[in-house]
Amino acid sequence: MKQFDELSLLEIVDEVKDGDLIGIPADYSGVPMEFTKELIKKGVKDLKLYCLPLTTIQGDMLIGSGCVSEVEAAAVTLGEFGLAPRFSEAVESGKIIIKDSTCPALHAQLQATEKSVPFMPLRGVIGSDIQKYRKDWQVIENPMKFSGNKNEPILLLPAVQLDILIFHAPCVDKNGNIQIGRRRELATLAHASKNVFVTTERILDIDLFDDELSAATCLPALYIDGISVVKNGAWPCALPGVYGADNDEIKKYSIAAKTQKGFEDYMKNYLSN
Amino acid sequence: MIELKREELLISELADLLVNDKHIAVGAASPVPGAAALLVKEEAKLKNNRLRVTILHSNKYNNFTDGARELFDCAAQGRIDTFFLGGVQIDGAANINLVGTGSYEKIQKRFPGSFGSALMYFVVPQIILFREEHSPRTLVDKVDFISAPGFSDENIYRPGGPKFLLTNRALFKFDKQKKRFCLLKIHNNESIENIIKLTGFKFDVDDKITNMSIPDKTRIDILRNKISYMVSEFYPEFADRIWGV
Repeated sequence: MKQFDELSLLEIVDEVKDGDLIGIPADYSGVPMEFTKELIKKGVKDLKLYCLPLTTIQGDMLIGSGCVSEVEAAAVTLGEFGLAPRFSEAVESGKIIIKDSTCPALHAQLQATEKSVPFMPLRGVIGSDIQKYRKDWQVIENPMKFSGNKNEPILLLPAVQLDILIFHAPCVDKNGNIQIGRRRELATLAHASKNVFVTTERILDIDLFDDELSAATCLPALYIDGISVVKNGAWPCALPGVYGADNDEIKKYSIAAKTQKGFEDYMKNYLSN
Repeated sequence: MIELKREELLISELADLLVNDKHIAVGAASPVPGAAALLVKEEAKLKNNRLRVTILHSNKYNNFTDGARELFDCAAQGRIDTFFLGGVQIDGAANINLVGTGSYEKIQKRFPGSFGSALMYFVVPQIILFREEHSPRTLVDKVDFISAPGFSDENIYRPGGPKFLLTNRALFKFDKQKKRFCLLKIHNNESIENIIKLTGFKFDVDDKITNMSIPDKTRIDILRNKISYMVSEFYPEFADRIWGV
């Protein structure tokens, strides 16, 4: 019996429901752009993006297309190509809610869910306006007698469980184990998500667990609910170790998306290809 | 005399602040700090010294294997000596703002966000603030939003914090006791008066204020012939603009 469910891309898209809290990988961890394209075509609404810890063109496109009501992130940016224009505009005009965070807090909230504990402490952050505006965060005095400093205020972050996670991976083995290499934040995201779907460049007829080296690069199939083969599935973002980012295309987007009209023209073309 | 780009001067100025480090980490959107860190590593290699550099946005110049959280865990463990932070606004008390201008939550001009600054600023011993634009709109009296505060109360765990601020016109040192910047160096074409005019906060001026140092030919050669190509791996746009590689 096949050890995993091979799905079509549209079947994965159908798993995303309006209002879902969806995990968004950073630009270095395998951005599922082909999936995002289909998601926008479907016209999904009120998504809450949980970015680990940031998003680039994927988040900006979803926001510009009206699919998003809330973003929790440490940054939304087009990196070398400047500000994420649809994100900035949506925040300035109050179209979306932004829950401003900081990278280690976004990791820690998922790590709490990985361990199935209700919260995770984190140092730093106290005294920032990030903390001031996050009503879901709490500061307590260190309760430990022999660990840390006496009277030390410490920040507590709630565990966050994602409804769904989709990312793009270089390859999958015949048993559905996903090669994620050193992008271990994908494991953190997967452990903390109720459902996990993966798009991949190819399925290999080997078992990655046969070799200690390749076994160490895996996210085991037990966390995965379905896999779809999608060639160039991260374009124009990079797929680390497989292909680089298409910087010309991202630059083109960064210029077009400066206005809503320019964005819509760009998207009409992008969605039809 | 060799004609120098301003970015090259800044890379060299930053490099001088890194010579005693064992591990330098460089975060997002930081081509000049990235080049400076790799330059110091290369120079250390020539003197048979070991120096580690982690460039977060590079696959090649990256020491981490445990995912994106490892940078923050590693920094919290005290294993990173220097890190760089920027800011849409930086104020006279070294508070930094990476979120936007205007009053939160009805922000006027939105920027990307705080990244990892709210932890890194607390735990890395030498934080170098780097912001190329030196103007009253970037160097302000008081930031509109505090992504990370310049200093903290005594009971807060804080082994790290701001040490220097470099702009394309000047280098400041942060005085932790006075909670104030002190002007150390200015660009060759600058005057103290002009720096005062272009800085939105009040600061002290060092008795021994000098011009920024001009890198020697050996350093320029390493930078142009070696570091430029290394930088093009993770900041292609920057490497192309500065060195045409």
